[in-house]
Amino acid sequence: MRRRDSILKNLDWPIVFLYIILVVMGWFNIFASVYDPETAFNIFDISLSSGRQLLFIGGSVILIVVILLLDFRIYESFAPYLYILFMLLLMAVLVFGAKINGARAWFDLGIFRLQPSEFTKLATALLLASYVSNNNVKLTEFKHQLIALFIIFLPVGFIMLQPDLGSSLIFFAFVLPLFREGLPAIYLIVAGAFAIVGVLTLLLSLKIIIIIALIVGIIWVVVTSRSVSNIVITSLLILMSVGFSYGFGYAFENLVPKYQKDRILVIFDSNSVDPLGAGYNLNQSKIAIGSGGFSGKGFLEGTQTKYGYVPEQSTDFIFSTLAEEHGWLGSFVVIALFVVLMIRITAIAERQKFKFARFYGYAVASIIFFHFTINIAMTIGLFPVVGIPLPFFSYGGSSLWSFTIMLFVLLKMDMHRTQVLSR
Amino acid sequence: MWDNRKYIIQGSFILIGLVFLIKLFAIQVLDKDYRTKAERNIIQPIVQYPFRGLIYDRNKELIVYNEPVYDLMVVPKDVSIGDTTEFCELLGIEKEVFLENMKTARSYSRVKPSVFLKKISHEEYGRIQDLLYNFSGFFVNPRTVRGYASPILANELGYTGEISRRQLDRDTTGYYRSGDNIGITGLEEQYERLLSGKRGVSYKQVNVRGIEKGSFKDGALDTVSVPGTNLITTFDLELQTYAERLLAGKTGSIVAIDPSTGEILVMATAPTYEPKMLSGREFGKNFSQIALDSSKLLFNRAHMATYPAGSVFKTVQALIALDEGVIKADEQIFVNLNGIGDHAPAGYYDVARGIEKSSNNYFLEVMRRVVNQKKDPSIFTDSRIGLAIWAEAVKKFGFGAPLGIDIPGEASGLVPDVAYYDKIYKNKDWAYSTIQSLSIGQGEILVTPLQVANLAAIIANRGHYIQPHLVKGFEKEGVVTLKQFEKNFTGKGTDYYPAIIDGMKRSAQGTPRAPIRGITIASKTGTAENGAKDETLDHSVFMAFAPVENPKIAIAVYIENAGWGGRAAATTASLIMEMYLKGYIEKDYRNREEYVLKGDFLDEEQKREIERKKLEKARKNALLQN
Repeated sequence: MRRRDSILKNLDWPIVFLYIILVVMGWFNIFASVYDPETAFNIFDISLSSGRQLLFIGGSVILIVVILLLDFRIYESFAPYLYILFMLLLMAVLVFGAKINGARAWFDLGIFRLQPSEFTKLATALLLASYVSNNNVKLTEFKHQLIALFIIFLPVGFIMLQPDLGSSLIFFAFVLPLFREGLPAIYLIVAGAFAIVGVLTLLLSLKIIIIIALIVGIIWVVVTSRSVSNIVITSLLILMSVGFSYGFGYAFENLVPKYQKDRILVIFDSNSVDPLGAGYNLNQSKIAIGSGGFSGKGFLEGTQTKYGYVPEQSTDFIFSTLAEEHGWLGSFVVIALFVVLMIRITAIAERQKFKFARFYGYAVASIIFFHFTINIAMTIGLFPVVGIPLPFFSYGGSSLWSFTIMLFVLLKMDMHRTQVLSR
Repeated sequence: MWDNRKYIIQGSFILIGLVFLIKLFAIQVLDKDYRTKAERNIIQPIVQYPFRGLIYDRNKELIVYNEPVYDLMVVPKDVSIGDTTEFCELLGIEKEVFLENMKTARSYSRVKPSVFLKKISHEEYGRIQDLLYNFSGFFVNPRTVRGYASPILANELGYTGEISRRQLDRDTTGYYRSGDNIGITGLEEQYERLLSGKRGVSYKQVNVRGIEKGSFKDGALDTVSVPGTNLITTFDLELQTYAERLLAGKTGSIVAIDPSTGEILVMATAPTYEPKMLSGREFGKNFSQIALDSSKLLFNRAHMATYPAGSVFKTVQALIALDEGVIKADEQIFVNLNGIGDHAPAGYYDVARGIEKSSNNYFLEVMRRVVNQKKDPSIFTDSRIGLAIWAEAVKKFGFGAPLGIDIPGEASGLVPDVAYYDKIYKNKDWAYSTIQSLSIGQGEILVTPLQVANLAAIIANRGHYIQPHLVKGFEKEGVVTLKQFEKNFTGKGTDYYPAIIDGMKRSAQGTPRAPIRGITIASKTGTAENGAKDETLDHSVFMAFAPVENPKIAIAVYIENAGWGGRAAATTASLIMEMYLKGYIEKDYRNREEYVLKGDFLDEEQKREIERKKLEKARKNALLQN
């Protein structure tokens, strides 16, 4: 009994508290998104998503108890096997999976459906943590970077075959813990530069991009150094960005399917895309969010929500329900909770004595961060619509359970952070 | 190592959070657009079209009412039609129309209803009603269109139609919406604001599948439709029907006025159309047919056409001269036939005889005395002074400007004055001899049939008129409000009217098929010169009032290309007056009725003349072609 007390005492209660708040808020919002004033089912009704979500929450509690009871050391030792298991599952789902919304991403187990890609993030995080924490591994070395990249991109390859673009994107989150553990910043800078050039390509004509590249290059040379080598390198960079812009523009125009192109273009110009076709989701989502105003329409009073104007409302577009019924204030509260949660997780990661746990902690924070960023960004038109859930909020067992496991595995490691030294 | 990188990562969490909060603030708090869009999503306004005001005749007989029609509505999402061909046949539409309408409806909304087919008549609806249930996704929305008690008064009532883009842009009231009906001509246009009433709207909330979810804000914004005001017109429906029957097949117009009130009993024009043709689903098809017809079916000759005044104008000449004091009613003036062409013999004339015989040379002298009053030694200057006096006096009789009848499009006519002739004769070298054909109502002066009927009313009233009008009162919620009118006096004195009326009485006696047994009528025939120099004849003109002692009806009849006024126009006018005053036509006058209905007014000589002119024209054309 005494031991039990000490276990719970070491548990990081602020995180648990944030977790509970987010899950409960999510549950209420799921109810709001499926609420129909005429049938007036209550929140516990099993025929509604909210009732089923309550079962998933119950399942989460069981998972949490199990995780807290299991030995914290198994995660590192079992990481390779877990990873291999999920790679097999990802292969299996391509053959045996049920096709839902055009993607073969789910195992249909009769009473519920399981999405292996949700749990693959955990397995990948663990294996990557295990690999990086190896004393011989230096992330500044190209060979090791390559191996890390392989661990990340193997599941990405399988997931792209489903195809599930949204879930694949999440794996880029591992760049952040790798960066924390010493991955050279140049990779992030280059990636960022490519992203900026790519966005500009969609917005502006090639001519203007060439002009901008030249101006930026000249300013760079003037501000830094006018040495020959600097001028040559800068010129090469200008040439590369223009070449990339041209290639990217060409590929976008000719290789990207129309519906995906529309999903991207609608972000820049909502009039360019049929508001009843490709632009429908974003348009309705923005109407719901925008009509919420400062303090919202009130719980169960969101008309766009109640009357079903926003598609996928209890899952990917759950944020629009919150923003319509609770307005900017509600959005502020949720965004603040997420930011605090993520910072708290990194703080926990930082206090780990052992690299494995630290890396894993950053991985959890980053995966939550990517989900949070892409999900909310797509509902307000800052990112193309890709189907990924909002952690703890969105309806769905796979999503809730995978985030619960990820988070509480970290908390379990954190409880034993002093013991790690003995190993 | 790398410890400071945690701040970069944590900073990016905060940065993204801030970006979201700023963007959310922009769309949630700053941009009010989304609120409107959200309301537009869920609100479905259901318009209750108001009941358009009814139109009655002077005896409260219904002329225009509202007839139920049905707009066929469609909800594209719910449409399930087994056999498209069968469906099109049922509605009597082409397959292309079906596809086009479906496309339009879909592009509006897949789940909200839109109009698929407009204004299906009551009868047609009865036919398709039972079969419509075989095709899901369609339902009907009742509306009304104008219905007519009898096929008359088309141009006077006007028609209603869907408001045009241009009218919508010009509308300053902000009341009208696209798809609304609006009065386009005639009384429907003139009294649009009163007739239209006010539309009611109830706002319903619908979900994304178009299913109703109760009223918006508990109906706080809903309004009830207000029916339009009813018009009580001055028409005598029976007499109007009779007049239009007599006029059928001819070109011309009839205006009959109750002189004591200015109420227009009859206003008829021919050729015309059936009012119901411009009501209901066939509107578009019929309208282009009517509008393109070469005989100008939408042209109401009664108040839009202008003609040379003709001999009826001689009464005005006499009244002005008497009022000016330049002749006396019993003054005997010797007239030879040297002035202008004349049917009347030379000899002594007073006012009554001048009118009776319609002596051209007598009135040449009468007007000369008005125009040349020897107020200036120069013949030119004297004519200018005189014509100014004359034109002023003529205008007081309601000529040269619209009388203000309450339907749109009234013509002014033309009273030539000093400025007018100065424009034609740049050197101002005109005198009475230049303009003397005005004395017999020819030349530049132009009048409308309405103005001539009003002249008959002036003489019947012995010197005043009341603005002729078609609506005498309004009825709203059972309460009748009558319009008020004032008398317009036309001259200084009224003593000399008996002489004029005496002349008109004698003129009536001398006009074949004009006198009515037991009723004294006063009349004046006329012939309006036909401006077109072709094979057609001049226009037949007749004005009259009766009974002389206590006038109840004043009338003007114009029949185009029918020759002398004593024939076609006089007979028509006499029949209408008899019908109004007696309520029937004497048995032995039935031949008059036949004569007018047959419409063959020309004698053998006139017919030969027309043939000759036609041949001549053909020969000329042949020569030109060679």
